Amino acid sequence: MDEQYDVIVLGTGLTECILSGIFSVEGKKVLHIDRQDHYGGESASLSLSQIYEKFRPGEPVRQSLGRDRDWNVDLIPKFLMANGELTNILMHTNVTRYMEFKQISGSYVYRDRRIAKVPSNEMEAIRSPLMGLFEKRRMKRFFEFISNYEEGNPSTYQGLNLDRNSMLEVYTKFGLEAGTKDFIGHAMALYLDDDYLTKPARETVERILLYAKSMARFGKSPYLYPLYGLGELPQGFARLSAIYGGTYMLDKPVDEVVYENGVAVGVRSGDETARAKIIIGDPTYFPTKVRKTGKVIRVICVLTRPIPNTDNADSLQIVIPQNQIGRKHDIYIAMVSASHKVASEGHYLAIVSTIIETDNPLNEITPAMHLLGPVVEKFVGITDLLEPVEDGTKDHVYISKSYDATSHFETTTDDVKDIYERIEGKPLVLKKRPVDDEDNFTA
Amino acid sequence: MAVARDSTSSTRFAQFKLVLLGESAVGKSSLVLRFVKDQFDDYRESTIGAAFLTQTIALDESTTIKFEIWDTAGQERYKSLAPMYYRNANCAVVVYDITQAASLDKAKSWVKELQRQANENIIIALAGNKLDLDGKRQVETAAAEAYASESGLLFFETSAKSGENVTELFTAIAKRLPLETASSRQRTAPKGVDLSRPNRRAPAASNNGCTC
Ligand SMILES: Cc1cc2nc3c(=O)[nH]c(=O)nc-3n(C[C@H](O)[C@H](O)[C@H](O)COP(=O)(O)OP(=O)(O)OC[C@H]3O[C@@H](n4cnc5c(N)ncnc54)[C@H](O)[C@@H]3O)c2cc1C
Ligand SMILES: Nc1nc2c(ncn2[C@@H]2O[C@H](COP(=O)(O)OP(=O)(O)OP(=O)(O)O)[C@@H](O)[C@H]2O)c(=O)[nH]1
Ligand SMILES: [Mg+2]
Repeated sequence: MDEQYDVIVLGTGLTECILSGIFSVEGKKVLHIDRQDHYGGESASLSLSQIYEKFRPGEPVRQSLGRDRDWNVDLIPKFLMANGELTNILMHTNVTRYMEFKQISGSYVYRDRRIAKVPSNEMEAIRSPLMGLFEKRRMKRFFEFISNYEEGNPSTYQGLNLDRNSMLEVYTKFGLEAGTKDFIGHAMALYLDDDYLTKPARETVERILLYAKSMARFGKSPYLYPLYGLGELPQGFARLSAIYGGTYMLDKPVDEVVYENGVAVGVRSGDETARAKIIIGDPTYFPTKVRKTGKVIRVICVLTRPIPNTDNADSLQIVIPQNQIGRKHDIYIAMVSASHKVASEGHYLAIVSTIIETDNPLNEITPAMHLLGPVVEKFVGITDLLEPVEDGTKDHVYISKSYDATSHFETTTDDVKDIYERIEGKPLVLKKRPVDDEDNFTA
Repeated sequence: MAVARDSTSSTRFAQFKLVLLGESAVGKSSLVLRFVKDQFDDYRESTIGAAFLTQTIALDESTTIKFEIWDTAGQERYKSLAPMYYRNANCAVVVYDITQAASLDKAKSWVKELQRQANENIIIALAGNKLDLDGKRQVETAAAEAYASESGLLFFETSAKSGENVTELFTAIAKRLPLETASSRQRTAPKGVDLSRPNRRAPAASNNGCTC
């Protein structure tokens, strides 16, 4: 490892692996190290024995759960938006060919103490108990407004300006009820709290359109999920990087980042030092260079039955908007199952998550736990959300953010683009990889 | 794996994922190059930039088998091969170099890993490569053969350089593949979504059709 590289990447989480893949494809010489013996860092999918080892060291794996190899348990609950940026990056880089994706079967929202399906087609929308007939008409006018809004064409503005008017003003203009605002802001725009209401409407509108376009893409829900778990994603990008010459070292201790005059110049492991002008890493490698922005609780629950009142869906998301249960942040439930090759036959994996607001986080999530039905096994994780204090331009250390509490990867790809731009001084432009550059070619 | 039957004739066509494993420099890429292109390169560099190769063999008049061959892309070098690599593999060729005793130990550890983690029905072949260097042999044929049969592996000694036993190796694997069960399965086995499919319709961009 005593060599000169262009980029050294620490940690094999998804953010790091995407960057590693992109830089290798662009011709940079990349060394990618993880101190753990498996890929994925915080975004890994672990086998049952690894999960027990992590959450309950020393305890034996529950026998009834079946074979270890059938399990790939995600540590963070996220889905891909079908029309989102991660899907786009996967397609541009051809990483899709290492993986297979399935649709998430349904998207649900909690309203008045019960859950209802977010409509995925016109029939469902008409029958939906989520709103009354008159409110549905108002909602329709609102949808028409946002989908027809066209920059530079004042006849589509209806007297509103998305960059100046707040979202609250837009809602008010269409006379939408409180419950409808919760639905739009939390089940479609997927905001975790209500801060968006007072901000310019543009971002919210874009999020609603992303949701609607993702929903329209494959039909059942806006979400996709990779077979064998989310941990396949970092592995796929790591393979991309390796194919373009990236060097991978797992289970490699990282003893220190070496600095000269305050600028990082390499990484030392034991008595070896690899040198590079650019160091990228996840926050766990730089405890003194990050700050805490919040705390998330994630409870991994093993079920033997589908979640009640969901038509036996094999996978789903449930959003519990904060207002519905008197909180400041939404609670999410993300569920996948044996049909995604993440659990043994007859098992379902649900992760309940939210941003912690009190010093009794388990208590905070009880409304969600009540929706799950019987839980046969439960693993509780509480993690700090971390972000870099500096942007890395001074010391050449570029640190990613923790995986946040959102239900999808849009903030992850934002972070990828942001880090790329901090390093390169220009925005990331993905070039389509030729389809057959892996075929019948040896180097 | 996918199997399709041509409706007009009785030819069968099946595709299988094959992975290569083994210590660096034992000749994994060379074996594939010999199999796919019938070439050999004395000064082959350690693999980077290679990944998929495909090769089709006609097993008999009515059966064609296509191997989608995955090379390690060098990720095995520092014990960093991703499990995704052998996930879903139908067959694996685990290679050692007959002139390097230690490379057989490494091969055995790969076999163990595959038996623990990979597809249960995976077909594993053990290949003792560089047979042309018989004079420098460190691994006796009988010892490797005994290990292979005890572990349920196909076994061949090969030379990517001379070509000896290379086609035989891949043909033997093809013959072991579960064609019958495979062909009885539907061509339209449940597949994931196709990400490259264009949008089903213009996204929520119309004022008709909404009856809410
Ligand atoms: C959260 C959510 C709530 C929805 N609520 C309703 C609802 O209450 N009533 C309803 O009819 N549809 C609603 N939709 C849209 C609905 O789900 C379907 O996308 C739409 O009705 C088209 O259905 P279709 O399968 O018949 O598609 P198509 O027959 O292909 O589409 C019919 C037409 O409807 C248009 N359309 C699609 N989405 C919308 C939309 N959101 N608003 C206006 N036009 C649209 C399409 O562009 C198309 O021209 C909602 C969508 C979402 C994501
Ligand atoms: N004499 C002889 N040399 C061989 C044979 N097969 C491969 N070699 C040589 O061994 C070296 C390594 O071969 P590769 O095919 O690159 O080995 P590899 O296992 O793919 O190596 P990595 O890509 O580093 O994992 C090259 O110099 C080849 O020319 C063989 O059958 N006989
Ligand atoms: Mg090679």
